[in-house]
Amino acid sequence: MAGQALLKLGPVLFNWPVEKWADFYARIADEAPVDRVCLGEVVCSKRLPFYNDVISEAVERLEAAGKEVVLSSLALITLPRERKAGAGLAKDEEHVIEVNDLTMLRYLEPGRKIAVGPLVNVYNEGTLSWLAGRGAKHVCLPPELPIASVESLAKAGSALDLDTEVWAFGRVPLAISGRCYHARIHKVSKDSCQFVCGLDADGLPVKTLDGGDFLAINGVQTLSFAYGSALGELDILMQAGVNSFRLSPHDCDMVAVAELYRQRLDRKISGDEAQAKLAELLPEAEFANGFLFGDYGAEMVKKAERQVA
Amino acid sequence: MQTSPNIVAVPAPVRLLMRPLPLLPLRLMLERLVSGLIRRRPGLFLRLDHHAEKVFLIDPTDLPFVFRLKPDPEHPSVEPLRRERAGAWDGRIAGPLGALMGMIHGTFDGDALFFSRDIIIEGDTEAVLALRNALDDAEIDLMEEAAIAFGPFRPAIEPFLRNVTPVAARITGLPLSRSDENEVFT
Amino acid sequence: MKPLELVCPAGTPAALRAAVEAGADTVYCGFRDETNARNFPGLNFSRAEMEESIDYAHRRGSKVLVAINTFPRAGAPELWRAAVDDAARFGADAVILADVGLLDYAANHQPGLRRHLSVQAAAANPDAINFYAETFGVRRVVLPRVLTVQEIAAINREIECETEVFVFGGLCVMAEGRCALSAYATGRSPNMNGACSPASHVHYKEEGSELVCGLGDFTINRVKKDAPAPYPTLCKGCFQAGDYQGHVFEDPASLDAATLITEFASAGVTALKIEGRQRSRSYTKTVVHTFRKAVEAQAKGLPIMANELQRLTEGQTTTSGAYSKTWR
Repeated sequence: MAGQALLKLGPVLFNWPVEKWADFYARIADEAPVDRVCLGEVVCSKRLPFYNDVISEAVERLEAAGKEVVLSSLALITLPRERKAGAGLAKDEEHVIEVNDLTMLRYLEPGRKIAVGPLVNVYNEGTLSWLAGRGAKHVCLPPELPIASVESLAKAGSALDLDTEVWAFGRVPLAISGRCYHARIHKVSKDSCQFVCGLDADGLPVKTLDGGDFLAINGVQTLSFAYGSALGELDILMQAGVNSFRLSPHDCDMVAVAELYRQRLDRKISGDEAQAKLAELLPEAEFANGFLFGDYGAEMVKKAERQVA
Repeated sequence: MQTSPNIVAVPAPVRLLMRPLPLLPLRLMLERLVSGLIRRRPGLFLRLDHHAEKVFLIDPTDLPFVFRLKPDPEHPSVEPLRRERAGAWDGRIAGPLGALMGMIHGTFDGDALFFSRDIIIEGDTEAVLALRNALDDAEIDLMEEAAIAFGPFRPAIEPFLRNVTPVAARITGLPLSRSDENEVFT
Repeated sequence: MKPLELVCPAGTPAALRAAVEAGADTVYCGFRDETNARNFPGLNFSRAEMEESIDYAHRRGSKVLVAINTFPRAGAPELWRAAVDDAARFGADAVILADVGLLDYAANHQPGLRRHLSVQAAAANPDAINFYAETFGVRRVVLPRVLTVQEIAAINREIECETEVFVFGGLCVMAEGRCALSAYATGRSPNMNGACSPASHVHYKEEGSELVCGLGDFTINRVKKDAPAPYPTLCKGCFQAGDYQGHVFEDPASLDAATLITEFASAGVTALKIEGRQRSRSYTKTVVHTFRKAVEAQAKGLPIMANELQRLTEGQTTTSGAYSKTWR
């Protein structure tokens, strides 16, 4: 494989109890072979207060373990309290802020080093280079992009001296809404939601009426049912110029997941073997790489099939 | 009228009378109409794009026959067929004649007819959509086209059609000609 | 009092003429390619049709906005840039854009062409809107359909540019321009291809007493034969989540905010937008005519008729959507 690649742990997208959240980051700090770690509430501003008290402790521990910390913004900023949270986040000048809604650019001085998250629409070189001009140093591409676009953007990214990142593990964020689906299906209002999203640590599966697995809901967010996995294809992506891989936290042994990706990056294990081991770690999960390599997102395209095609 | 359209079925006695009709003269008439219509509207094919090669089954559920339409620019054809002999098709659009004609004439909205289940779409949905959109832009008036199809006899036939169409439309309730721009507002 | 500006959809030149004749102040439309978010078969405008149609509208005192509101494909910006350049050349009154890179291009290469921010950019608060206005000279923002009327009023107090809100038509339940549901099931998405739940991947099948609607490999709905048929749009489908079975995301209903026009006017909204470039000229004519009457009535302080257009809507029911807070 060409060059060096980084592993970045994305923010926890789900509503985990605060102790579980704190323990998770403690273990990541101590054990996970990842280079960068994103922290912060991305999905729902109502969950923000829970983590406020524990976030600085997690940041310290991660940094003490030699990991670069990135602070993630909310994905959809609408309410006054959400604008306030965004502006507040931007005041932390010690850390790189991950922009997940372009509103954040209003709070961040042009030229300041920023990360751009997968929920910002970076589909082409024009946007990428504009963001680079604003200070973007790592950009996670939208998960729906096919490999051809990824290749084109990674090339531009390298010329712009930024890290090009792709979604490499975890249920893929597909949509964000003003409406809370957890509240809706539990027949409570969003304002008095009782945090029912906390019942599902990996999101609540949505099946078709024929019983087929399809999507997962996480409050106002909709994710894929299948876990996105680029593990079998890291070499192809690196050849395309991708140099950062994003692992999205799930309620599973994330240290083991990160180790598999690290072993694959270090070429200690083959792509097929790594993917097979990942499936052993998550026996209930389905995997997909269709956005990158297939005709549609939910597909899992095997390497052999892809080469034939 | 748009807010509560009356889609009138072809009356049963008319249907009975139509059943034994020979289809050949109808076919010749329709072919003439369609090839003329197509000749004068090259834009229709740009809209249909590759769907022009497909076979559409237009199925007026209250008539004793169906129309098999091939809008191919070189050899367009419309075949009236007995329903059981319709053969293979790519896309089927079925509904009362009044709904189908109303759609062509801009009286009804295709999506609205679909939501209310007045029309049914089967098979190649994309092709049916392309056809619908192409026809909607073409602003076709079938009675006008029919008059034109009579060629040299048009001057003789047109005043007759002009007089008879509104009467027939009123009696049957069918949208037999293009919806005039202001009709909907009254 | 001046009536609110009525911004009306046109999927074809015939629909554009119908909209102008029915009283549209402004018509929006797109080129026949993947540069616009209604890239449906048989729809949209060739270059020649666009030029003629803009001329037609201008001669009758109506404006034309050209929607170039998908996100340019990596490695192929030419198609989108040409759309901006051609819209300027044909005398379009504005372009409706969503992509940051394309906004940057338009601001630098066609500075004289007015820029509107598409709903696909989902700018949902004053800071985002001010960012787009100050950075790219955006003069009007089409607001996402996730805001309440009170929020819209609050936004207008904090921004300099104009706002346009959806008043009728299909309702996106997700933040627009930030949804890959369709791509997950079909490989084609609004952002990349200008189509959500594309017809090429939709199939209907009758199974016993039910109509089954499929999208790609997934069943997205089953309805009883006599029930209204839903739009084959993924987020309007019926699914199972936990113990819940039904419309997990959104009921099959259309937005009809006719009764809120007075509130929109007091909230400082400039223009009302009607959705439906994929609909027929008959729809355009009827809806535009109805809303023409409504905005004139509002301007004169007369009552506005409600629920006139039920038949034209998905599920044949209407909702005021997020404009009332209970929607969330």
